[in-house]
Amino acid sequence: MKAIFTILKRELKSYFASPVAYIILVVFLVLSGIFFFFYLESFIKSQFDPRFQLFREKLNLNEFVIRPYFGTISVVLLFIIPLITMRLIAEERKNFTAELLFTLPVRVSQIVLGKFLASFSLFAIMLVLSAIYLVVLRVYGNPDLGPVLSAYLGLFLLGGSLISAGLFASSLTENQIVAAVISFGILLVFWILGASSDADNSILGYISIINHFDNFTKGVIALRDTIYYLSFVFFGLFLTYIMVESERWR
Amino acid sequence: MIEVQNLTKRYGNLVAVDNVSFRVEHGEILGFLGPNGAGKTTTMRIITGYMPPTDGSVRVADFDVLENPMKAKRLIGYLPENPPLYNDMTVEGYLDFVADLKRVSKKDKKRKVDIAMERCGIANVRKRLIGNLSKGYRQRIGIAQAIVHDPVVLVLDEPTIGLDPKQIIEIRHLIKSLAGERTVVLSTHILPEVTMVCTRVVIINEGRIVLEESLDRISERVGGAQVLFLKINYRNDEVREKILSLDHVSHVTENASGEFIIRTKGTADIREELAKTIVQNGWGLLEMRPLTHTLEDVFLKVISTEGE
Repeated sequence: MKAIFTILKRELKSYFASPVAYIILVVFLVLSGIFFFFYLESFIKSQFDPRFQLFREKLNLNEFVIRPYFGTISVVLLFIIPLITMRLIAEERKNFTAELLFTLPVRVSQIVLGKFLASFSLFAIMLVLSAIYLVVLRVYGNPDLGPVLSAYLGLFLLGGSLISAGLFASSLTENQIVAAVISFGILLVFWILGASSDADNSILGYISIINHFDNFTKGVIALRDTIYYLSFVFFGLFLTYIMVESERWR
Repeated sequence: MIEVQNLTKRYGNLVAVDNVSFRVEHGEILGFLGPNGAGKTTTMRIITGYMPPTDGSVRVADFDVLENPMKAKRLIGYLPENPPLYNDMTVEGYLDFVADLKRVSKKDKKRKVDIAMERCGIANVRKRLIGNLSKGYRQRIGIAQAIVHDPVVLVLDEPTIGLDPKQIIEIRHLIKSLAGERTVVLSTHILPEVTMVCTRVVIINEGRIVLEESLDRISERVGGAQVLFLKINYRNDEVREKILSLDHVSHVTENASGEFIIRTKGTADIREELAKTIVQNGWGLLEMRPLTHTLEDVFLKVISTEGE
Protein backbone atom coordinates (compact mmCIF):
# COMPACT_ATOMS: atom_id res chain seq x y z
CA MET A 1 0.00 0.00 0.00
CA LYS A 2 2.78 2.36 0.96
CA ALA A 3 4.63 1.58 -2.25
CA ILE A 4 1.60 2.62 -4.30
CA PHE A 5 1.51 5.92 -2.49
CA THR A 6 5.27 6.46 -2.93
CA ILE A 7 4.96 5.92 -6.67
CA LEU A 8 1.87 8.08 -6.90
CA LYS A 9 3.65 10.90 -5.09
CA ARG A 10 6.68 10.75 -7.35
CA GLU A 11 4.62 10.68 -10.53
CA LEU A 12 2.49 13.58 -9.43
CA LYS A 13 5.55 15.63 -8.45
CA SER A 14 7.06 14.81 -11.78
CA TYR A 15 3.97 16.15 -13.59
CA PHE A 16 4.37 19.44 -11.83
CA ALA A 17 8.17 19.53 -12.13
CA SER A 18 7.80 20.02 -15.87
CA PRO A 19 5.50 22.43 -17.67
CA VAL A 20 3.34 19.49 -18.83
CA ALA A 21 0.81 19.58 -16.01
CA TYR A 22 0.44 23.35 -16.10
CA ILE A 23 -0.04 23.44 -19.85
CA ILE A 24 -2.61 20.67 -19.74
CA LEU A 25 -4.48 22.37 -16.92
CA VAL A 26 -4.50 25.73 -18.64
CA VAL A 27 -5.56 24.32 -22.01
CA PHE A 28 -8.35 22.34 -20.40
CA LEU A 29 -9.59 25.27 -18.34
CA VAL A 30 -9.54 27.64 -21.31
CA LEU A 31 -11.33 25.15 -23.58
CA SER A 32 -13.98 24.25 -21.04
CA GLY A 33 -14.41 27.96 -20.22
CA ILE A 34 -14.98 28.80 -23.87
CA PHE A 35 -17.54 26.04 -24.29
CA PHE A 36 -19.28 26.99 -21.08
CA PHE A 37 -19.48 30.57 -22.24
CA PHE A 38 -20.92 29.59 -25.66
CA TYR A 39 -23.62 27.37 -24.21
CA LEU A 40 -24.55 29.97 -21.63
CA GLU A 41 -24.67 32.70 -24.23
CA SER A 42 -26.90 30.74 -26.58
CA PHE A 43 -29.14 29.89 -23.63
CA ILE A 44 -29.54 33.55 -22.78
CA LYS A 45 -30.21 34.44 -26.42
CA SER A 46 -32.88 31.80 -26.75
CA GLN A 47 -34.64 33.27 -23.73
CA PHE A 48 -35.54 36.18 -25.97
CA ASP A 49 -36.17 34.11 -29.07
CA PRO A 50 -39.92 34.09 -29.87
CA ARG A 51 -39.68 30.53 -31.19
CA PHE A 52 -38.92 29.26 -27.70
CA GLN A 53 -41.71 31.17 -25.97
CA LEU A 54 -44.22 28.36 -26.46
CA PHE A 55 -42.29 25.89 -24.32
CA ARG A 56 -40.57 28.16 -21.85
CA GLU A 57 -40.82 25.59 -19.06
CA LYS A 58 -38.43 23.37 -21.01
CA LEU A 59 -35.95 26.17 -21.34
CA ASN A 60 -33.84 25.47 -18.28
CA LEU A 61 -30.15 25.62 -17.39
CA ASN A 62 -29.76 21.87 -17.10
CA GLU A 63 -31.01 21.06 -20.59
CA PHE A 64 -29.41 23.98 -22.37
CA VAL A 65 -26.14 24.56 -20.57
CA ILE A 66 -25.13 21.72 -18.31
CA ARG A 67 -25.88 18.73 -20.51
CA PRO A 68 -24.21 20.04 -23.66
CA TYR A 69 -21.34 21.37 -21.55
CA PHE A 70 -20.58 17.96 -20.07
CA GLY A 71 -21.03 16.33 -23.47
CA THR A 72 -18.36 18.61 -24.90
CA ILE A 73 -16.06 18.13 -21.92
CA SER A 74 -16.16 14.39 -22.51
CA VAL A 75 -14.89 14.96 -26.06
CA VAL A 76 -12.17 17.32 -24.86
CA LEU A 77 -11.01 14.61 -22.45
CA LEU A 78 -10.63 12.22 -25.36
CA PHE A 79 -7.89 14.50 -26.65
CA ILE A 80 -6.29 15.51 -23.38
CA ILE A 81 -6.09 12.23 -21.46
CA PRO A 82 -3.62 10.59 -23.89
CA LEU A 83 -1.29 13.52 -23.24
CA ILE A 84 -1.49 12.89 -19.51
CA THR A 85 -0.90 9.17 -19.73
CA MET A 86 1.64 8.90 -22.54
CA ARG A 87 4.70 9.22 -20.35
CA LEU A 88 3.70 6.88 -17.54
CA ILE A 89 5.54 3.73 -18.59
CA ALA A 90 7.14 4.76 -21.87
CA GLU A 91 9.36 7.27 -20.10
CA GLU A 92 10.56 4.71 -17.55
CA ARG A 93 11.85 2.63 -20.44
CA LYS A 94 13.49 5.53 -22.18
CA ASN A 95 15.28 6.67 -19.00
CA PHE A 96 16.36 3.14 -18.05
CA THR A 97 14.52 3.59 -14.78
CA ALA A 98 12.36 0.58 -15.62
CA GLU A 99 15.35 -1.52 -14.64
CA LEU A 100 15.40 0.13 -11.23
CA LEU A 101 11.66 -0.11 -10.72
CA PHE A 102 11.45 -3.79 -11.56
CA THR A 103 14.41 -4.78 -9.38
CA LEU A 104 13.03 -3.02 -6.32
CA PRO A 105 10.98 -5.02 -3.84
CA VAL A 106 7.80 -3.65 -5.38
CA ARG A 107 5.07 -5.60 -7.15
CA VAL A 108 4.23 -4.79 -10.74
CA SER A 109 0.61 -4.37 -9.69
CA GLN A 110 1.66 -1.70 -7.21
CA ILE A 111 3.59 0.15 -9.90
CA VAL A 112 0.65 0.01 -12.32
CA LEU A 113 -1.81 1.16 -9.67
CA GLY A 114 0.45 3.95 -8.44
CA LYS A 115 0.84 5.29 -11.93
CA PHE A 116 -2.86 5.03 -12.68
CA LEU A 117 -3.72 6.91 -9.50
CA ALA A 118 -1.15 9.61 -10.29
CA SER A 119 -2.77 10.38 -13.63
CA PHE A 120 -6.17 10.13 -12.04
CA SER A 121 -5.17 12.67 -9.40
CA LEU A 122 -4.03 15.14 -12.03
CA PHE A 123 -7.30 14.56 -13.86
CA ALA A 124 -9.22 15.13 -10.62
CA ILE A 125 -7.38 18.40 -10.03
CA MET A 126 -8.35 19.40 -13.55
CA LEU A 127 -12.03 18.66 -12.96
CA VAL A 128 -12.13 20.35 -9.57
CA LEU A 129 -10.59 23.52 -11.01
CA SER A 130 -13.08 23.56 -13.87
CA ALA A 131 -15.96 23.30 -11.42
CA ILE A 132 -15.64 27.05 -10.94
CA TYR A 133 -17.91 27.55 -13.97
CA LEU A 134 -20.67 25.59 -12.33
CA VAL A 135 -20.19 27.46 -9.10
CA VAL A 136 -20.75 30.65 -11.05
CA LEU A 137 -23.86 29.13 -12.57
CA ARG A 138 -25.11 28.19 -9.14
CA VAL A 139 -24.54 31.64 -7.72
CA TYR A 140 -26.37 33.47 -10.50
CA GLY A 141 -28.91 30.84 -11.53
CA ASN A 142 -30.82 27.92 -10.16
CA PRO A 143 -29.71 24.76 -11.95
CA ASP A 144 -30.78 21.40 -10.62
CA LEU A 145 -27.71 20.17 -8.73
CA GLY A 146 -28.50 16.45 -8.88
CA PRO A 147 -27.59 16.00 -12.56
CA VAL A 148 -24.47 18.12 -12.04
CA LEU A 149 -23.20 15.81 -9.33
CA SER A 150 -24.09 12.68 -11.27
CA ALA A 151 -22.39 14.14 -14.35
CA TYR A 152 -19.24 14.65 -12.29
CA LEU A 153 -19.42 11.08 -11.10
CA GLY A 154 -19.78 10.06 -14.75
CA LEU A 155 -16.79 12.21 -15.72
CA PHE A 156 -14.65 10.56 -13.06
CA LEU A 157 -15.65 7.13 -14.30
CA LEU A 158 -15.14 8.08 -17.94
CA GLY A 159 -11.80 9.71 -17.12
CA GLY A 160 -10.66 6.64 -15.23
CA SER A 161 -11.47 4.50 -18.26
CA LEU A 162 -9.62 6.82 -20.63
CA ILE A 163 -6.62 6.84 -18.29
CA SER A 164 -6.47 3.07 -18.00
CA ALA A 165 -6.54 2.78 -21.80
CA GLY A 166 -3.80 5.41 -22.02
CA LEU A 167 -1.72 3.60 -19.42
CA PHE A 168 -1.99 0.43 -21.44
CA ALA A 169 -0.89 2.26 -24.60
CA SER A 170 2.08 3.65 -22.69
CA SER A 171 3.12 0.14 -21.67
CA LEU A 172 3.43 -0.90 -25.32
CA THR A 173 6.30 1.36 -26.33
CA GLU A 174 9.18 3.47 -25.13
CA ASN A 175 8.22 6.41 -27.30
CA GLN A 176 5.79 8.86 -25.71
CA ILE A 177 4.42 10.14 -29.01
CA VAL A 178 3.70 6.62 -30.16
CA ALA A 179 1.98 5.95 -26.84
CA ALA A 180 -0.20 9.04 -27.24
CA VAL A 181 -1.15 8.11 -30.81
CA ILE A 182 -1.98 4.53 -29.84
CA SER A 183 -4.14 5.55 -26.89
CA PHE A 184 -5.89 8.16 -29.02
CA GLY A 185 -6.54 5.42 -31.59
CA ILE A 186 -7.92 3.00 -29.01
CA LEU A 187 -10.20 5.64 -27.50
CA LEU A 188 -11.43 6.83 -30.87
CA VAL A 189 -12.37 3.30 -31.87
CA PHE A 190 -14.31 2.85 -28.63
CA TRP A 191 -15.96 6.20 -29.28
CA ILE A 192 -16.96 5.55 -32.89
CA LEU A 193 -18.39 2.14 -32.08
CA GLY A 194 -21.30 3.93 -30.42
CA ALA A 195 -21.96 6.22 -33.36
CA SER A 196 -22.18 3.29 -35.72
CA SER A 197 -24.96 1.76 -33.69
CA ASP A 198 -27.50 3.78 -31.80
CA ALA A 199 -29.89 0.98 -31.02
CA ASP A 200 -30.38 0.58 -27.31
CA ASN A 201 -29.68 -3.10 -27.05
CA SER A 202 -26.92 -3.56 -29.60
CA ILE A 203 -23.66 -4.98 -28.36
CA LEU A 204 -21.60 -2.37 -30.17
CA GLY A 205 -23.67 0.30 -28.55
CA TYR A 206 -22.92 -1.19 -25.16
CA ILE A 207 -19.21 -1.41 -25.82
CA SER A 208 -19.00 2.22 -26.86
CA ILE A 209 -17.35 4.30 -24.19
CA ILE A 210 -19.44 7.42 -24.73
CA ASN A 211 -22.96 5.96 -24.81
CA HIS A 212 -22.79 5.29 -21.11
CA PHE A 213 -21.94 8.84 -20.25
CA ASP A 214 -25.19 10.34 -21.49
CA ASN A 215 -27.28 8.92 -18.64
CA PHE A 216 -25.05 10.54 -16.05
CA THR A 217 -25.67 14.00 -17.51
CA LYS A 218 -29.40 13.39 -17.24
CA GLY A 219 -29.02 12.67 -13.56
CA VAL A 220 -29.41 8.93 -13.96
CA ILE A 221 -26.83 6.75 -12.24
CA ALA A 222 -27.50 3.39 -13.82
CA LEU A 223 -25.83 0.24 -12.59
CA ARG A 224 -25.00 -0.98 -16.09
CA ASP A 225 -23.14 2.23 -16.91
CA THR A 226 -21.21 2.21 -13.66
CA ILE A 227 -20.30 -1.42 -14.09
CA TYR A 228 -19.23 -0.76 -17.66
CA TYR A 229 -16.77 1.96 -16.66
CA LEU A 230 -15.42 0.10 -13.66
CA SER A 231 -14.79 -3.01 -15.70
CA PHE A 232 -13.18 -0.89 -18.42
CA VAL A 233 -10.78 0.52 -15.84
CA PHE A 234 -10.07 -2.90 -14.42
CA PHE A 235 -9.50 -4.38 -17.86
CA GLY A 236 -7.11 -1.62 -18.87
CA LEU A 237 -5.08 -2.02 -15.69
CA PHE A 238 -5.06 -5.78 -16.05
CA LEU A 239 -3.81 -5.62 -19.65
CA THR A 240 -1.12 -3.16 -18.59
CA TYR A 241 -0.03 -5.53 -15.85
CA ILE A 242 0.12 -8.44 -18.30
CA MET A 243 2.03 -6.34 -20.80
CA VAL A 244 4.66 -5.20 -18.31
CA GLU A 245 5.07 -8.64 -16.78
CA SER A 246 5.25 -10.54 -20.05
CA GLU A 247 7.73 -8.18 -21.66
CA ARG A 248 10.45 -9.40 -19.35
CA TRP A 249 9.59 -13.02 -20.00
CA ARG A 250 10.32 -12.79 -23.68
CA MET B 1 25.57 -15.98 -0.68
CA ILE B 2 24.73 -16.03 -4.35
CA GLU B 3 24.25 -19.34 -6.05
CA VAL B 4 23.71 -19.44 -9.79
CA GLN B 5 22.77 -22.81 -11.19
CA ASN B 6 22.60 -23.89 -14.81
CA LEU B 7 21.43 -20.50 -15.88
CA THR B 8 20.30 -20.26 -19.49
CA LYS B 9 18.71 -17.32 -21.25
CA ARG B 10 17.55 -17.41 -24.85
CA TYR B 11 16.18 -14.54 -26.87
CA GLY B 12 14.47 -16.40 -29.67
CA ASN B 13 17.29 -18.30 -31.32
CA LEU B 14 20.04 -16.28 -29.72
CA VAL B 15 21.54 -17.89 -26.66
CA ALA B 16 22.71 -15.05 -24.45
CA VAL B 17 23.65 -17.12 -21.42
CA ASP B 18 24.36 -20.80 -21.77
CA ASN B 19 24.27 -23.11 -18.76
CA VAL B 20 26.18 -20.85 -16.40
CA SER B 21 26.80 -21.91 -12.80
CA PHE B 22 28.88 -20.24 -10.13
CA ARG B 23 28.82 -19.36 -6.46
CA VAL B 24 29.81 -16.23 -4.63
CA GLU B 25 30.62 -16.62 -0.97
CA HIS B 26 29.84 -14.11 1.73
CA GLY B 27 32.23 -11.17 1.70
CA GLU B 28 33.74 -11.91 -1.67
CA ILE B 29 34.16 -9.44 -4.51
CA LEU B 30 33.57 -11.31 -7.72
CA GLY B 31 34.81 -9.77 -10.93
CA PHE B 32 32.66 -10.59 -13.89
CA LEU B 33 34.78 -10.30 -16.99
CA GLY B 34 34.11 -10.73 -20.64
CA PRO B 35 34.12 -9.01 -24.00
CA ASN B 36 31.12 -6.90 -24.97
CA GLY B 37 28.05 -9.00 -25.65
CA ALA B 38 29.34 -11.95 -23.65
CA GLY B 39 26.22 -12.13 -21.47
CA LYS B 40 27.43 -10.25 -18.40
CA THR B 41 24.54 -7.82 -18.26
CA THR B 42 21.99 -10.53 -18.93
CA THR B 43 23.35 -12.66 -16.09
CA MET B 44 23.25 -9.70 -13.72
CA ARG B 45 19.72 -8.83 -14.76
CA ILE B 46 18.64 -12.36 -13.96
CA ILE B 47 20.39 -12.32 -10.57
CA THR B 48 18.62 -9.09 -9.65
CA GLY B 49 15.25 -10.40 -10.77
CA TYR B 50 14.81 -7.94 -13.63
CA MET B 51 14.20 -10.76 -16.06
CA PRO B 52 13.54 -14.44 -15.52
CA PRO B 53 15.91 -17.03 -16.99
CA THR B 54 14.80 -19.47 -19.66
CA ASP B 55 16.20 -22.20 -17.49
CA GLY B 56 18.10 -22.61 -14.23
CA SER B 57 17.86 -20.91 -10.88
CA VAL B 58 19.43 -18.18 -8.79
CA ARG B 59 19.48 -18.12 -5.01
CA VAL B 60 20.40 -15.03 -3.05
CA ALA B 61 21.03 -15.87 0.58
CA ASP B 62 18.10 -18.15 1.45
CA PHE B 63 15.72 -16.98 -1.23
CA ASP B 64 15.15 -18.13 -4.76
CA VAL B 65 14.91 -15.07 -6.98
CA LEU B 66 12.16 -16.63 -9.08
CA GLU B 67 10.07 -18.13 -6.33
CA ASN B 68 10.49 -15.49 -3.69
CA PRO B 69 11.34 -12.34 -5.60
CA MET B 70 10.17 -9.82 -3.00
CA LYS B 71 12.39 -11.20 -0.27
CA ALA B 72 15.38 -11.71 -2.56
CA LYS B 73 15.11 -8.23 -4.07
CA ARG B 74 15.22 -6.62 -0.64
CA LEU B 75 18.71 -8.03 -0.09
CA ILE B 76 20.13 -6.75 -3.35
CA GLY B 77 21.48 -3.37 -4.34
CA TYR B 78 21.73 -3.07 -8.10
CA LEU B 79 23.43 -0.58 -10.34
CA PRO B 80 22.38 -1.25 -13.96
CA GLU B 81 24.58 -0.48 -16.94
CA ASN B 82 22.85 2.87 -17.41
CA PRO B 83 22.24 4.57 -14.08
CA PRO B 84 18.45 4.62 -13.63
CA LEU B 85 17.83 8.24 -12.71
CA TYR B 86 14.84 10.56 -12.82
CA ASN B 87 16.11 13.79 -14.30
CA ASP B 88 13.37 15.89 -12.79
CA MET B 89 14.22 14.97 -9.19
CA THR B 90 16.82 16.34 -6.83
CA VAL B 91 19.56 13.97 -5.70
CA GLU B 92 18.17 13.86 -2.19
CA GLY B 93 14.57 13.45 -3.36
CA TYR B 94 15.59 10.60 -5.61
CA LEU B 95 17.46 8.69 -2.91
CA ASP B 96 14.55 9.29 -0.59
CA PHE B 97 12.18 7.78 -3.16
CA VAL B 98 14.38 4.73 -3.68
CA ALA B 99 14.82 4.26 0.08
CA ASP B 100 11.04 4.37 0.52
CA LEU B 101 10.49 1.69 -2.09
CA LYS B 102 13.27 -0.39 -0.56
CA ARG B 103 11.33 -0.19 2.69
CA VAL B 104 13.92 1.61 4.73
CA SER B 105 12.16 2.49 7.96
CA LYS B 106 11.23 6.10 8.42
CA LYS B 107 13.54 6.79 11.34
CA ASP B 108 16.59 5.31 9.58
CA LYS B 109 15.91 6.90 6.22
CA LYS B 110 17.47 10.31 6.71
CA ARG B 111 20.62 8.81 8.20
CA LYS B 112 20.99 6.14 5.53
CA VAL B 113 20.46 8.58 2.68
CA ASP B 114 23.09 10.84 4.24
CA ILE B 115 25.57 8.00 4.62
CA ALA B 116 25.05 6.87 1.01
CA MET B 117 25.60 10.40 -0.28
CA GLU B 118 28.66 10.82 1.92
CA ARG B 119 30.23 7.56 0.77
CA CYS B 120 29.68 8.32 -2.91
CA GLY B 121 30.83 11.94 -2.59
CA ILE B 122 27.60 13.51 -3.80
CA ALA B 123 26.55 15.30 -0.60
CA ASN B 124 27.55 18.63 -2.11
CA VAL B 125 24.98 18.30 -4.90
CA ARG B 126 22.11 16.97 -2.79
CA LYS B 127 19.74 19.80 -3.69
CA ARG B 128 20.56 19.86 -7.41
CA LEU B 129 18.40 18.40 -10.13
CA ILE B 130 19.82 15.14 -11.41
CA GLY B 131 19.23 16.18 -15.01
CA ASN B 132 21.76 19.00 -14.65
CA LEU B 133 24.60 16.87 -13.30
CA SER B 134 27.60 15.47 -15.14
CA LYS B 135 28.11 11.84 -16.09
CA GLY B 136 30.48 11.27 -13.16
CA TYR B 137 27.92 12.48 -10.66
CA ARG B 138 25.14 10.51 -12.30
CA GLN B 139 27.17 7.33 -12.05
CA ARG B 140 27.85 7.96 -8.39
CA ILE B 141 24.19 8.71 -7.69
CA GLY B 142 23.51 5.34 -9.29
CA ILE B 143 25.89 3.68 -6.83
CA ALA B 144 24.42 5.63 -3.91
CA GLN B 145 21.00 4.36 -4.94
CA ALA B 146 22.31 0.80 -4.87
CA ILE B 147 23.78 1.03 -1.36
CA VAL B 148 21.16 3.22 0.27
CA HIS B 149 19.37 0.38 2.08
CA ASP B 150 22.56 -1.33 3.24
CA PRO B 151 22.10 -4.44 1.11
CA VAL B 152 24.04 -7.61 1.84
CA VAL B 153 24.50 -8.22 -1.87
CA LEU B 154 25.65 -5.61 -4.34
CA VAL B 155 25.43 -6.14 -8.08
CA LEU B 156 27.27 -3.46 -10.05
CA ASP B 157 27.24 -3.44 -13.83
CA GLU B 158 30.35 -1.57 -14.94
CA PRO B 159 30.45 0.79 -11.96
CA THR B 160 33.41 2.88 -13.08
CA ILE B 161 32.29 3.60 -16.62
CA GLY B 162 32.22 7.29 -17.46
CA LEU B 163 34.22 8.42 -14.46
CA ASP B 164 37.45 10.38 -14.53
CA PRO B 165 40.62 8.69 -13.22
CA LYS B 166 40.38 10.26 -9.79
CA GLN B 167 36.77 9.21 -9.37
CA ILE B 168 37.58 5.72 -10.62
CA ILE B 169 40.12 5.34 -7.82
CA GLU B 170 37.60 6.66 -5.30
CA ILE B 171 34.91 4.27 -6.46
CA ARG B 172 37.31 1.33 -6.34
CA HIS B 173 38.17 2.26 -2.76
CA LEU B 174 34.48 2.54 -2.03
CA ILE B 175 33.76 -0.91 -3.45
CA LYS B 176 36.65 -2.38 -1.50
CA SER B 177 35.43 -0.76 1.68
CA LEU B 178 31.94 -2.13 1.09
CA ALA B 179 33.19 -5.68 0.82
CA GLY B 180 33.76 -7.81 3.86
CA GLU B 181 30.36 -7.07 5.29
CA ARG B 182 28.79 -7.47 1.88
CA THR B 183 29.02 -9.65 -1.15
CA VAL B 184 29.79 -7.82 -4.36
CA VAL B 185 29.45 -8.89 -7.97
CA LEU B 186 30.82 -6.38 -10.43
CA SER B 187 31.22 -6.58 -14.16
CA THR B 188 33.85 -4.73 -16.07
CA HIS B 189 36.04 -4.96 -19.10
CA ILE B 190 38.83 -2.97 -17.53
CA LEU B 191 41.26 -5.73 -16.59
CA PRO B 192 43.43 -3.88 -14.06
CA GLU B 193 40.27 -3.04 -12.19
CA VAL B 194 39.73 -6.71 -11.46
CA THR B 195 43.26 -7.12 -10.20
CA MET B 196 42.85 -4.12 -7.95
CA VAL B 197 39.41 -4.76 -6.55
CA CYS B 198 38.32 -8.36 -6.83
CA THR B 199 39.11 -11.48 -4.88
CA ARG B 200 37.83 -13.84 -7.52
CA VAL B 201 37.14 -13.67 -11.20
CA VAL B 202 34.68 -15.30 -13.58
CA ILE B 203 35.43 -14.88 -17.24
CA ILE B 204 32.49 -15.34 -19.55
CA ASN B 205 32.49 -15.48 -23.32
CA GLU B 206 29.63 -16.07 -25.73
CA GLY B 207 27.37 -16.91 -22.80
CA ARG B 208 29.60 -19.57 -21.30
CA ILE B 209 31.94 -19.49 -18.34
CA VAL B 210 35.44 -20.05 -19.62
CA LEU B 211 37.29 -19.50 -16.37
CA GLU B 212 36.40 -19.25 -12.71
CA GLU B 213 39.31 -18.79 -10.36
CA SER B 214 40.64 -16.81 -7.45
CA LEU B 215 43.07 -14.10 -8.44
CA ASP B 216 46.00 -15.68 -6.58
CA ARG B 217 45.80 -18.76 -8.69
CA ILE B 218 45.57 -16.95 -11.95
CA SER B 219 49.18 -15.89 -11.94
CA GLU B 220 50.18 -19.52 -11.55
CA ARG B 221 48.09 -20.36 -14.54
CA VAL B 222 50.30 -18.41 -16.92
CA GLY B 223 53.16 -20.69 -15.97
CA GLY B 224 54.30 -18.34 -13.24
CA ALA B 225 56.81 -16.67 -15.54
CA GLN B 226 57.84 -13.21 -14.47
CA VAL B 227 58.43 -10.32 -16.76
CA LEU B 228 60.71 -7.47 -15.73
CA PHE B 229 61.19 -4.09 -17.25
CA LEU B 230 64.70 -2.68 -16.88
CA LYS B 231 66.18 0.68 -17.81
CA ILE B 232 69.85 1.50 -17.37
CA ASN B 233 72.04 4.40 -18.23
CA TYR B 234 74.67 2.45 -20.15
CA ARG B 235 75.04 1.23 -23.68
CA ASN B 236 77.03 -1.80 -24.52
CA ASP B 237 76.39 -4.95 -26.47
CA GLU B 238 77.63 -7.15 -23.69
CA VAL B 239 74.83 -6.08 -21.32
CA ARG B 240 72.29 -8.32 -22.96
CA GLU B 241 74.66 -11.27 -22.93
CA LYS B 242 75.49 -10.75 -19.28
CA ILE B 243 71.85 -10.59 -18.19
CA LEU B 244 71.08 -13.65 -20.25
CA SER B 245 73.82 -15.51 -18.49
CA LEU B 246 72.14 -15.02 -15.12
CA ASP B 247 70.32 -17.95 -13.58
CA HIS B 248 66.65 -18.47 -14.55
CA VAL B 249 66.61 -15.88 -17.34
CA SER B 250 64.98 -17.18 -20.49
CA HIS B 251 64.58 -14.15 -22.77
CA VAL B 252 66.03 -10.69 -22.98
CA THR B 253 64.83 -8.22 -25.56
CA GLU B 254 66.23 -4.75 -25.97
CA ASN B 255 63.56 -2.20 -26.73
CA ALA B 256 65.05 1.23 -27.05
CA SER B 257 68.42 2.40 -25.87
CA GLY B 258 69.05 0.90 -22.47
CA GLU B 259 65.56 -0.56 -22.08
CA PHE B 260 65.15 -4.29 -21.63
CA ILE B 261 62.30 -6.71 -21.20
CA ILE B 262 63.45 -9.75 -19.24
CA ARG B 263 61.54 -13.01 -18.97
CA THR B 264 62.31 -15.65 -16.40
CA LYS B 265 61.87 -19.37 -16.33
CA GLY B 266 59.53 -20.68 -13.64
CA THR B 267 58.56 -18.56 -10.70
CA ALA B 268 62.05 -17.56 -9.63
CA ASP B 269 62.53 -13.98 -8.49
CA ILE B 270 65.70 -12.66 -10.08
CA ARG B 271 65.38 -9.01 -9.10
CA GLU B 272 67.93 -9.13 -6.30
CA GLU B 273 70.48 -10.95 -8.40
CA LEU B 274 69.91 -8.63 -11.33
CA ALA B 275 70.33 -5.49 -9.25
CA LYS B 276 73.58 -6.81 -7.85
CA THR B 277 74.93 -7.51 -11.33
CA ILE B 278 74.01 -4.04 -12.53
CA VAL B 279 75.61 -2.30 -9.60
CA GLN B 280 78.75 -4.41 -9.81
CA ASN B 281 79.21 -3.52 -13.45
CA GLY B 282 78.40 0.13 -12.84
CA TRP B 283 75.65 0.31 -15.51
CA GLY B 284 73.66 2.99 -13.76
CA LEU B 285 70.27 1.54 -12.80
CA LEU B 286 67.44 3.91 -13.73
CA GLU B 287 64.35 1.76 -13.43
CA MET B 288 63.34 -1.80 -12.70
CA ARG B 289 59.77 -3.01 -12.29
CA PRO B 290 57.77 -6.17 -12.79
CA LEU B 291 55.32 -6.19 -15.67
CA THR B 292 52.17 -7.93 -14.49
CA HIS B 293 50.12 -8.54 -17.54
CA THR B 294 49.06 -11.87 -16.20
CA LEU B 295 45.30 -11.33 -16.11
CA GLU B 296 45.32 -9.85 -19.57
CA ASP B 297 47.28 -12.83 -20.79
CA VAL B 298 44.80 -15.23 -19.24
CA PHE B 299 41.87 -13.28 -20.55
CA LEU B 300 43.08 -13.20 -24.13
CA LYS B 301 44.25 -16.78 -24.01
CA VAL B 302 41.01 -18.09 -22.60
CA ILE B 303 38.83 -16.10 -24.93
CA SER B 304 40.76 -16.83 -28.10
CA THR B 305 41.01 -20.58 -27.46
CA GLU B 306 37.29 -20.66 -26.89
CA GLY B 307 36.73 -19.29 -30.35
CA GLU B 308 38.60 -22.10 -32.06
